[in-house]
Amino acid sequence: MSTKVQSLSASPAVQAPATSLTNEEILRYSRHLIMPEVGMEGQLKLKNAKVLLIGTGGLGAPLGLYLAAAGVGRLGLVDFDVVDFTNLQRQIAFGTSDVGKSKAQAARARLSDLNPDIQIEAFETQLTSANALELFKDFDIIVDGTDNFPTRYLVNDACILLGKPNVYGSIFRFEGQITVFGMPDGPCYRCLYPEPPPPGLVPSCAEGGVLGVLPGIVGSIQAMETIKLIIGRGDSLVGRLMLFDALAMKFRELKLRKNPSCPMCGEHRTINKLIDYYEFCGVRGEEAAASDLGVPEITPKDLKARLDKGDDLFILDVREPHEYQICNLNGKLIPLGELPRRVHELDSSREIVAHCRSGKRSAEAVDFLRKAGFRKILNLKGGILAWSDEVDPTVPKY
Amino acid sequence: MAVKVMIPTPLRVYTGKRDSAEFTAATVGEALGHLTTQFGDLRKHLFTEDGKLRSFVNVYVNDEDIRYLAKENTPTKDGDIVSIVPSIAGGTEILARDSAVLAGRSAALECCRSLHCC
Repeated sequence: MSTKVQSLSASPAVQAPATSLTNEEILRYSRHLIMPEVGMEGQLKLKNAKVLLIGTGGLGAPLGLYLAAAGVGRLGLVDFDVVDFTNLQRQIAFGTSDVGKSKAQAARARLSDLNPDIQIEAFETQLTSANALELFKDFDIIVDGTDNFPTRYLVNDACILLGKPNVYGSIFRFEGQITVFGMPDGPCYRCLYPEPPPPGLVPSCAEGGVLGVLPGIVGSIQAMETIKLIIGRGDSLVGRLMLFDALAMKFRELKLRKNPSCPMCGEHRTINKLIDYYEFCGVRGEEAAASDLGVPEITPKDLKARLDKGDDLFILDVREPHEYQICNLNGKLIPLGELPRRVHELDSSREIVAHCRSGKRSAEAVDFLRKAGFRKILNLKGGILAWSDEVDPTVPKY
Repeated sequence: MAVKVMIPTPLRVYTGKRDSAEFTAATVGEALGHLTTQFGDLRKHLFTEDGKLRSFVNVYVNDEDIRYLAKENTPTKDGDIVSIVPSIAGGTEILARDSAVLAGRSAALECCRSLHCC
């Protein structure tokens, strides 16, 4: 099923909609204007459109760049994070000189340079149930470029409550999913996935990572869908879930149906206001989650002192082989996932110090080994990152 | 009646990196049964302990969601493609919240180091 794109009626505007382009704008957008599918009519729709981007990272960067370049008249950028050095591999709106700056502000500066004729607002705030409706109400289309389940459900519910389209994209490693939720007859995120996965059932960071180009492709598709909604052309992804596999270089699409009994967009809505999405997703703070295991720990400094003293300590590295190649402490490598079947390789009579990158996987390893009967086992607090910070700065952080 | 089961990226760690597998099966349930027999580690990611398909894992026959067909009893025919589509939340951050890989795990993903939008 494909849905013909209906042009969105502009929400009540404070100022009268633009009815013409300046000569400079005509020149800037000439490659749009000479296409009948856009033309002057479409370009004016773009100029009068108001789009809110949730997240200015991997997905938000190409989204923001293309929407600004296309002449979307008002862009809102919501992000409370700061640019990190590791973001530059894929978050192409930022430069090296932006590291440490507010993402929303850095993105605004970049997009303003690209197109000074449009209005760009940076919201340096975390999207919450308390501010979402207020933030969304002045925009026509919301584009979800976030990276976590609570915010995804929050964006969905706020869009449904306000009757706004939600251009959705998500990625993992080499794979992306793209669709449009929140159109009057279309499904919503809860129709696709009524519930988030329980916490603790999400994979380890050992399985994380993303090829930098992937968010560029997925974010660009989101930008294309956003522009199609604005100009009212083409077949929208409403009711279709696009799956993209970058390794196989294959696009597939699945039918996405509106669930008549959806608690959010179904015939009998049972969710009438925004809820606590962290609770809904069962998410605790990551530190809390790690320390909940309550395993015995050793600090990097204490470990260094004991090694220097010549104590017989067995270092167990529970990361993945490709992480070991980045840096290591000369420990024995047994990835967390292989530990249950390789536990016999460990000598429970020796004192073991387990570590990973940040200390969380190894906390699980320590917890597992203690349950398996190991008594002399400690977790390296803060992992190899803390070792680099506190003991040996020549060890690279990643 | 060969049915091709497509395995999504997040689950390929349990299938020796295989992205698909073919089985002779008359229903979706049968195909998934063969799949989880061949790749035992996959079972707990797709099914609950009482054998029900997990709520955050969607399964499609060709382009149709089996929730709107006959669920696991949905018949399959020669050449059908069964797709497993887990919920993924990733946007930008590289690192998922570290979580247990040792106990029951799911196919769902949350690629975030913290709950920021970025």
